[in-house]
Amino acid sequence: MGTEILDFEAPLAALQREIESLTGYPEDAGKEREIARLQTKLDEMRRQVYAKLSAWQTVQVARHSQRPYPLDFIEHLFTDFVEIKGDRRFGEDPAIVSGMAWFHDQPAVVIGHQKGRDTKQKIRRNFGMPRPEGYRKALRVMKMAEKFSRPIFCFVDTPGAYPGIDAEERGQAEAIAVNIREMSRITVPIIVTVIGEGGSGGALAVAVGDEILIMEHAIYSVISPEGCAAILWKDASRAEEAAEGLHLTAPQLLEIGLVDRIVPEPVGGAHTAHHQAAQILNKYLVEALERSQRLTPEERVQARYSKFRRMGEFALDTTGTQ
Amino acid sequence: MSWFKKEKAPIPPVKQSRMPEGLWTKCRECAEILYTKEIVRNLSVCPKCNYHMGLSSVERAKALLDDGRYEEVETGFTSNDPLDFTDTKRYRDRLARSREATGLEDAVLIATGHIDGVPVVLAAMEYGFIGGSMGVVVGEKIARAAERALEQRIPLLIVSRSGGARMQEGAISLMQMAKISAVLARLDEASVPYVSILTDPTTGGVTASFAMLGDINLAEPKALIGFAGPRVIEQTIREPLPSGFQRSEYLEEHGMLDMIVERSEMRETLGRLLRFFTQQVTPSPSSAPHVKDVKDAMEEQVPSPVPDEESVS
Repeated sequence: MGTEILDFEAPLAALQREIESLTGYPEDAGKEREIARLQTKLDEMRRQVYAKLSAWQTVQVARHSQRPYPLDFIEHLFTDFVEIKGDRRFGEDPAIVSGMAWFHDQPAVVIGHQKGRDTKQKIRRNFGMPRPEGYRKALRVMKMAEKFSRPIFCFVDTPGAYPGIDAEERGQAEAIAVNIREMSRITVPIIVTVIGEGGSGGALAVAVGDEILIMEHAIYSVISPEGCAAILWKDASRAEEAAEGLHLTAPQLLEIGLVDRIVPEPVGGAHTAHHQAAQILNKYLVEALERSQRLTPEERVQARYSKFRRMGEFALDTTGTQ
Repeated sequence: MSWFKKEKAPIPPVKQSRMPEGLWTKCRECAEILYTKEIVRNLSVCPKCNYHMGLSSVERAKALLDDGRYEEVETGFTSNDPLDFTDTKRYRDRLARSREATGLEDAVLIATGHIDGVPVVLAAMEYGFIGGSMGVVVGEKIARAAERALEQRIPLLIVSRSGGARMQEGAISLMQMAKISAVLARLDEASVPYVSILTDPTTGGVTASFAMLGDINLAEPKALIGFAGPRVIEQTIREPLPSGFQRSEYLEEHGMLDMIVERSEMRETLGRLLRFFTQQVTPSPSSAPHVKDVKDAMEEQVPSPVPDEESVS
């Protein structure tokens, strides 16, 4: 599978190719010096490009087909993963994976939106867009975690809930609504990490937790930039502007208090180094879990409640006419 | 992606669904020309085809509450345009214009009043205010309405009429879904009744949060109710949608609504529901029989043709 090159990565890719073209030849000291020089230049360029991504570029990185998905993080950070399938009502939705696994020395539950990497998998996973069954399965597994006092890790990466006839007729809205309500009162720790695309209600339905982490180049938004542009500008090609306006990048979300912590990514984005990305995330997950586990179940639920009850408070002007 | 190629605005112009001021009004559904006063008398329902025209939040409060009397509460909140958002217009200008046009602070009116003598907290969404969209103010007002209901232990009614979360406040709007739903979880635990009334249209983040979480979810006839908008779905699946898709009747058939209630019967239906939820049942000797009296008590109750409210449990 070839590496997906994003528009703004073209100069990086060109330099990379230049380095590669030098490497195959008979070695000589001059060439090696040149390779080293170019490699340093490439690293520096990559650092610079990724240090100041625009909102739209961030959207592209967040959607990169080589980004680590939940199953990748499970492989790197968890052991003995046992997948749990089905909502016990209608069906199994591969757009959400869930299961039991060990996180270091303790058993935990893992839930995440799973996109596919190749065409066949993309279709099987429905591009990470869940149907109601996915959300109901997720809730079922979360309730099981609660029953057996196991912490829950949620990994968020979806363009949004699937907009299809079948999803609507089986109650997409109800499934999301119930998840959001129930997650507010589940007594065990819930650690949420937005790892790629946090697409609207379809993301929120597994994203009510004690701590909301977001990876450096992930996004979280009320609507896709394309959808926003189509509605507000009546022109989907204005997506770049919409992306800027929506405040969907990690630093912007941290600033307005909707996420708790930004998980740094390896230079050049998590898609270039899964293992390294996972190791960085590991530290953040360990710490978030520790913080949540210091609380009693009652304190934890109260803290989670207060956190969401106050979301966006700063955007209120109180005119005091009450 | 191809889903977003359509150039039409998904939110219909507000004017279409609001009551024009002229003497005559054309029904949007059957095109019948009607005497405006007659429509108003009929709660803005077309007397010819039963089309339920949209109501403003004030009209709704008057139509539902005893004697049309309500008191607006939870006022004093406006959005400060947290993202400094501008699309084709500045968001703060949209807000100012909507405030002026509706006389409301944002897209919901919170009122207290009574239905059939039962005190209630009512939240009525205002479609004329940026498509009834939910931003931080709608989130705060509805959360407070729910907290008020919880504190006073009286029923909460929310009349939804909204395109969903408000894009101009970004993910802050999205989080209002979680905020309100968390408060509703507390009502649920405290057995404080919540009735959700879905009206045309109720879509997006509003449907996917509080509108679907009622102890009872009821809707007006033929209201558009869904998560994704019909055009988005059509563009995704690239085929026409079945007729009646995402209308109240369709949702009822698929088990998502408890009932469809005509506007003319809404007050009465709510009254009946609220009595069921709120009636204090004082056990009397006949309704809480001692073991030895069970047989007698049963015999006493069976022949009674009229259900006695006091004995309903």
